Amino acid sequence: MQEIIEFISNNLQIVYIIILAIFVGVEVIKSIPAVLHTPLMSGANALSGVVIVGAILVMLHSDPTDYLALTLGFAAVVLGILNVVGGFAVTNRMLDMFKKKK
Amino acid sequence: MNVTLSIIYLIATVTFVFGLKRLGHPDTAKSGNLIAATGMGLAIVGTIFIHDLEVPTIIYVLIGTAILVGAIIGWLIAIKVEMTKMPELVSLFNGFGGASAALIGIVEFGNADISATSASIVATILAAIIIGAVTFSGSLMAYGKLNGSVRSVIKIPQYNIVNNLFIFGVVVLAVYMVATGIDSSILLYALLAGGLVYGILFVMPIGGADMPVVISLLNSLTGIAAAITGVLYDNMVMLVGGILVGSAGIILTVAMCVAMNRTLASVIFGSFTATGGPEGANRTMGSIKSTTASDTAIMMNYAANVIIVPGYGLAVAQAQHVIHELEELLTGKGVNVKYAIHPVAGRMPGHMNVLLAESNVEYDMLVEMDDINPQFTNADVVLVVGANDVVNPAAHNDPSSPIYGMPILDVENAKHIVVNKRSMNVGYAGIDNELFYNAKTAMLFGDAKKVLTDLVAELKNM
Repeated sequence: MQEIIEFISNNLQIVYIIILAIFVGVEVIKSIPAVLHTPLMSGANALSGVVIVGAILVMLHSDPTDYLALTLGFAAVVLGILNVVGGFAVTNRMLDMFKKKK
Repeated sequence: MNVTLSIIYLIATVTFVFGLKRLGHPDTAKSGNLIAATGMGLAIVGTIFIHDLEVPTIIYVLIGTAILVGAIIGWLIAIKVEMTKMPELVSLFNGFGGASAALIGIVEFGNADISATSASIVATILAAIIIGAVTFSGSLMAYGKLNGSVRSVIKIPQYNIVNNLFIFGVVVLAVYMVATGIDSSILLYALLAGGLVYGILFVMPIGGADMPVVISLLNSLTGIAAAITGVLYDNMVMLVGGILVGSAGIILTVAMCVAMNRTLASVIFGSFTATGGPEGANRTMGSIKSTTASDTAIMMNYAANVIIVPGYGLAVAQAQHVIHELEELLTGKGVNVKYAIHPVAGRMPGHMNVLLAESNVEYDMLVEMDDINPQFTNADVVLVVGANDVVNPAAHNDPSSPIYGMPILDVENAKHIVVNKRSMNVGYAGIDNELFYNAKTAMLFGDAKKVLTDLVAELKNM
């Protein structure tokens, strides 16, 4: 309990950001019609690939001789960028089909 | 942190919010996706090049190689995948994101001097590992179930209790590690293995139409994993991006549950048949009347208003192109044709819209449930293709039915109803559909693609 209170007081800004971001997410998404739920799901999925930023940081901070960290970091970057590029590309492909109508 | 990089992250964060917002309207969706992708690109390039670290060239080469390899594979998968396989693809990519978060956690655990690190940071690292591992194995399991390579629905007795005890054990282990600050790689890998096993256990008993709910939930979890990693690095773009995905995923999950008349708990902890009981399945409701493609074609030919109700069966039979051909033929003959789209039609929400758009169906012809329902009374013929539960009147008039209260398409109000199904098998809810016994209903049995092709051929001869 002591830890939790300490964490909140040390990271008050982060706590504010998390709470406000939840509201932004809910408000932005809830008005989206069911028609677009599939592209939305794959678009949001691409966004969760933002974890790649962390993977790059891991590699930047790694010692060039720390092979375990480098290997894991390398795999994390590959998987993260796969999520990002694949997600955005397939969303774009789907939305292209919506546009073709005219 | 470097000021330039902070500003880049700020811009990227704004593009995420803005991009998601624009994804909400068909006219702006494409640009929304591109805006968010640009922001992501900026964040990635900025992270690589803008920092005050002394980084050996070899690291840059490795990062560049990793990005190139991952980007090429991701791109190839994205341009090759069939549109009917979207649910599989989303869960696969999602699993990769989760794996990435788990790997980051493992490296950071190794880098940190755990006994000297504050408990909140250790907790953050462990949370990233557990959630990342659960999403990774859960998503791969979902992928396997969706493409049919994992068929078995294992139902050991007291499955839920075993499952819950298991994740409880994993969490207890994590709490123990945080509380004692013990720096043990054996415990770390035990935790990782626990997360991986739980992901499989969690998805294993969930089946059929509930899969999209699970994918959406896992999607949301990956977002949360990314946000947790963001807390770890005090990195705003990861934090906000992750939270946005997390809350978006939850909203979509709830929307899907509402459209299928299920609670999230019932999706995760039990199946329809367990709650609904067998009373509806064996009840005889009268006789059914079957029809032929040529009779149906004649009826449609002389109709003024036709409404097509495409469902899961159409997606499975890959009949989206033939149905467009049918619709074009009818329109050419002066028939007013519309598609009635239930929110969960297809293999995931909004999937039917993507499939029909792929076949070049005009966007204006796809009418959402609330708008089309009043129009069924004016419809001369309704053609139901591969849909069952979403047109079951029991949702309105049978309080004992498991789908009672579910929003449905009011197909029964039309003058004539033609239902294409492969057989009289019950739909996902495992209940009979009185619509099929309605005096206005004729059944047109057969594979959706075959039947629609026959209909097109008959219409061409008229």
